[in-house]
Amino acid sequence: MDKVTRLASENGLVLFSKSSCCLCYAVKILFQEIGVTPTVHELDQDAEGREMERALMRLGCSAPVPAVFIGGKLVGSTNEVMSLHLSGGLIPLLRPYHSMC
Amino acid sequence: MPFSNLPLLVYIYQIWEEEGIEAIETWNVGEQELEGDEESKLSIALDINSTCAKVAFVIISKSMNSPTPQFVPSRLSIYEPIHQIGIWGENFKRNGNPNTSTSLIVEVDNKLENESETTSHEMLAPTNNYEQEASKPIDKIQRRLAQNREAARKSRLRKKAYVQQLENSRLKLIQLEQELQRATQQGLYMGGVLEGSHIGFSGTVNSGIAAFEMEYGRWVDVQHRQICELRTALNAHISDIELRILVKSGMGHYFELFRMKSTVAKADVFYVISGVWKTSAERFFSWIGGFRPSELLKVLVPQLDPLTEQQILEVCNLKQSCQQAEDALSQGLEKLQETVSSTVAGGPVAEVSYIPQVATAMEKLEALVSFVNQADHLRQETLQQMSRILTTRQAARGLLALGEYFHRLRALSTLWVTRPPEPSLP
Repeated sequence: MDKVTRLASENGLVLFSKSSCCLCYAVKILFQEIGVTPTVHELDQDAEGREMERALMRLGCSAPVPAVFIGGKLVGSTNEVMSLHLSGGLIPLLRPYHSMC
Repeated sequence: MPFSNLPLLVYIYQIWEEEGIEAIETWNVGEQELEGDEESKLSIALDINSTCAKVAFVIISKSMNSPTPQFVPSRLSIYEPIHQIGIWGENFKRNGNPNTSTSLIVEVDNKLENESETTSHEMLAPTNNYEQEASKPIDKIQRRLAQNREAARKSRLRKKAYVQQLENSRLKLIQLEQELQRATQQGLYMGGVLEGSHIGFSGTVNSGIAAFEMEYGRWVDVQHRQICELRTALNAHISDIELRILVKSGMGHYFELFRMKSTVAKADVFYVISGVWKTSAERFFSWIGGFRPSELLKVLVPQLDPLTEQQILEVCNLKQSCQQAEDALSQGLEKLQETVSSTVAGGPVAEVSYIPQVATAMEKLEALVSFVNQADHLRQETLQQMSRILTTRQAARGLLALGEYFHRLRALSTLWVTRPPEPSLP
């Protein structure tokens, strides 16, 4: 739990992913399209990956990956990110952290 | 409507019991143009002084140039035995003036889709009795006409039910063929090792798909009804409050479809992605198992004029976000294809044991379900955002435009399938 929270607050836009996960890849592409660069943590390449997965589930994610944090706060998984983007809320939320990404 | 503004020829036939059909009269109703919706009432004044005792019926031919009709009568009418007509024969004028006091009302259904359908007319029992009283009272005639109309109506309903049954059977057949093809292909790939388990599995898949097809058939019917309601409501200028109810139920109907798709995707995601459950023209535009949200916006926006400046801006932003989200999902899907492909191709081909790759590939394919769900989620979000940006009236027009668009695509598919074969070259 600590590691996830810590990593999540280290940068403005943080994405927890797995290198084999294609939906995570789609989210990465989306960020690329809107011109932001997230800090990506690949759980399958992290020794504590399993523990982090469990932590993410406990935080309320429907699936452990992809999990997006903005400004240290959990936004959610693909569903939430897509909804936020379509409603026009994603870019404003990212604006304060744009330079930090 | 196919028959509006087309001149028609009306052929009056008589049936001799044993001797078949013989045309006795043709009457050009060219001056009269049919109006109205699916049925038109055509008033015909008949002058039949023949002594035939059987029943007359009417065939409508589309073409002025074909002396004999090429079509089997699709919705018949017939309704009065000739001997009764003969009695009022003197009352009718030869030049077919429909305004004479007593006219024979003939109901015609203009649908020509079922040209090969056998006649389903209601025939009154012919009698050979010519000694009738001079005339029947008017209300009896009216009652008879009303009965005829009722009979015609029932006939149409029966036909509709039958067609629906045929449609369902057709879908079932397509699904079974698909199933068979899959089973054959998989049988070859698996080398017979896992074939037993596959066949067992396809039993459960079948029921999920069959259930979906039934539900989807009903969904399309309800959709059609809703479109008609919306059209009527918009033309009748009902209040915004009442319109809002229609809009909500229209939106809810789409959400219902996404729920249905989510369920069947769990049973067989390839079925959903293949789009085999849709008509061919719809399938042409298919993107990850359904319509492309940005395409939807392109169809809708021209129908929604006038939009305020604010609305135009918001729709523009929505279009852009949609496009970006679609690109992201499309590329994610491509990545999935690459991954599955390399997994399946990987490993030594010299050896027969491909089981480990298959297991990994299966795992990857599970992700396909998430993609289909995400695509549907995108469709749902797009609809919801549009309903937020638009006024109630605009949203109603939007739903009508969308529903009508898909309806036309389906009609196009049917026309395409039933188009006449190309003439063979000499």
